[in-house]
Amino acid sequence: MTSIEAQVRQYVTDRLLFGRSDVVVDGETSFLESGLIDSTGVLELVAFLEECFRIKVEDEDLVPANLDSVNALVKFIESKSANLINTSS
Amino acid sequence: MANEDQSLWITFNGEIFNYVELRNELIKKGYRFRTQSDTEVILHLYEEKGDACVRDLNGQWAFAIWDPKRERLFLSRDRLGVRPLFYARMKEGFGFASEIKSLLAIPSLPREIDPLALDQIFTFWVTIPPTTMFAGISELPPGHCLTLQEGKIDITPYWTLDYDGDARIKGEKEAREELLALLIDAIRLRLRSDVPVGAYLSGGLDSTVIAALIKKLGVTHLKTFSVAFEDKAFDESPFQEEASRFLGTDHQTIVCRPSDIGRVFPEVIWHTETPIVRAAPAPLFLLSKLVREQGYKVVLTGEGSDEVLGGYDIFKEAKIRRFWAKQPQSKFRPLLLRRLYPYMKNLQAQSDAYLRAFFHVRKEEINSPFFSHLPRWEMTSKLKLFFSREMKERIGSPEPLRQLEKRLPCGYGQWEPFAQSQYLETAYLLPGYILSSQGDRMAMAHSVEGRFPFLDYRVVQFAARLPSRLKMRVLNEKYLLKQAAVSLIPDTIRKRHKQPYRAPDSQSFLVPGRPQVMVDYAEEALSPQAIREAGLFDPDRVGKLVEKVRAGQAIGVKDNMAFVGILSAQLVVDRFIKHFPREYTR
Repeated sequence: MTSIEAQVRQYVTDRLLFGRSDVVVDGETSFLESGLIDSTGVLELVAFLEECFRIKVEDEDLVPANLDSVNALVKFIESKSANLINTSS
Repeated sequence: MANEDQSLWITFNGEIFNYVELRNELIKKGYRFRTQSDTEVILHLYEEKGDACVRDLNGQWAFAIWDPKRERLFLSRDRLGVRPLFYARMKEGFGFASEIKSLLAIPSLPREIDPLALDQIFTFWVTIPPTTMFAGISELPPGHCLTLQEGKIDITPYWTLDYDGDARIKGEKEAREELLALLIDAIRLRLRSDVPVGAYLSGGLDSTVIAALIKKLGVTHLKTFSVAFEDKAFDESPFQEEASRFLGTDHQTIVCRPSDIGRVFPEVIWHTETPIVRAAPAPLFLLSKLVREQGYKVVLTGEGSDEVLGGYDIFKEAKIRRFWAKQPQSKFRPLLLRRLYPYMKNLQAQSDAYLRAFFHVRKEEINSPFFSHLPRWEMTSKLKLFFSREMKERIGSPEPLRQLEKRLPCGYGQWEPFAQSQYLETAYLLPGYILSSQGDRMAMAHSVEGRFPFLDYRVVQFAARLPSRLKMRVLNEKYLLKQAAVSLIPDTIRKRHKQPYRAPDSQSFLVPGRPQVMVDYAEEALSPQAIREAGLFDPDRVGKLVEKVRAGQAIGVKDNMAFVGILSAQLVVDRFIKHFPREYTR
């Protein structure tokens, strides 16, 4: 497990599941379909990404394809971080 | 009270508004009255008509009639469930009361939480009668009677909501005139009182219409009462002031701060007698205190209009989702989702893609009898993740939706979808939450009687049979009432976007000026030890939620509902089980 994935999973466990360990959230589990996230949850998630990974989530990034599962989030963070490195270099 | 020969005894909580007319009819039939009270009218009407007497009553009541000769007990509750009525069977007999706490005083009744009740509250927001929060105590459903004879209990409905269309209602003009005439008469009856009658003024359509019609009926001095909020997101005081100015009422306002809610919440729960997932009843508790301090004991208020005449956002949401589901590929239909919940900033901040994801209709939902309410109930059910393992085991798999489906009236499947969602709100949320937690209980906490003209059964029956296009015209809610109110109330109020009554939730329990600190009783009730002792919730998960609230990060509906629901359930355990007042059991 990468460090990004570990941090995302920690967030899911603490903030979406409130520590519940008997619910299986695999990489592809949809946060929306499983009712783990509501409209505020999406905004909280964005705040977490921006704070923890120092990325900027643009309005056009706010789509379930980027944010709706652990795998999607990891991919999104990696691509955003890569962009950040490319831009700064 | 007994009749002349003491062959019938009655105990009665409530008001029969048409008692004058009933009394005159009974006098014509030869009955003699010793008092001017409505209680005596019920007694004689029962002598005349037996159990069917309740069909003639227009009012809000819970009463019991004891016939010692036949050894028969007859209980009745009003049609919409304004007044509560609970009962319990125990080894030494049968008990009934308007408040659960009176029954909990009976030593042989176990003071225990019913796990199924908790499951229902964390699904529907309410318990479904006969279930109550307490094992062994039942609630008589609205519109029902109960008889007890020779040890046998019979429970029968005497009135049901019926949404079959009425062919007599031809056009909008006739409907508007009839609605207005019915409302005027409902208000006329509800102004009958030995004491001055005031009115609540929320700044919205319903209460302003009521106040306007009271004035129209010739009341020159009308005292009105409002709750205003320090937090502008919840405050409607500019509209309240405008309505008062327009109608010339003598207006009084109480300003509610979040800390006021936190301060009175344990008392609120003492009166709701059940956990609640919203803190909104608390400001109404404060409002009834103001009313009482001003020397008023009776207020007319607008509850019921949203259910009866189609005002709730949940109706609008269901309409848009159903419309979109007919053409799921449409790019334009989901744009209507932006019209939903304009007062919810977090929702409005979402991208179109997320709005679609939140509101899209799943295949299995489209034919559900609960289509309109599934999103709300599913969201609330997610709060069960806080239940303790022990509680989950005790609950088992009750499948609350399937249980509710079995109780739906037989014509339900044939009603139009709008009527189905109205039924769910009117039959369950209205008596279980709006009226009991927010209406009657909060008013009665300070011995103030709330009267609800929109819940006059003639208004309810008339409105139920109206075509839905007259209730919600496209997405214009309470259309017919708005049309009926032209020139009666200011246009700014008549045409304003509906703002549902809401109040601050979890932030109300933080001590002002002391970051991260909750009010004393909340700290205590939510401590890991108290959570463990009560056994309802998982202490670790609640701990994480509390942490989030302390940090001011619990900004979503779900977190707030979880927090208020858990805190109130803990207070129910503390006040009704652990520290039930001794003076009750003596």
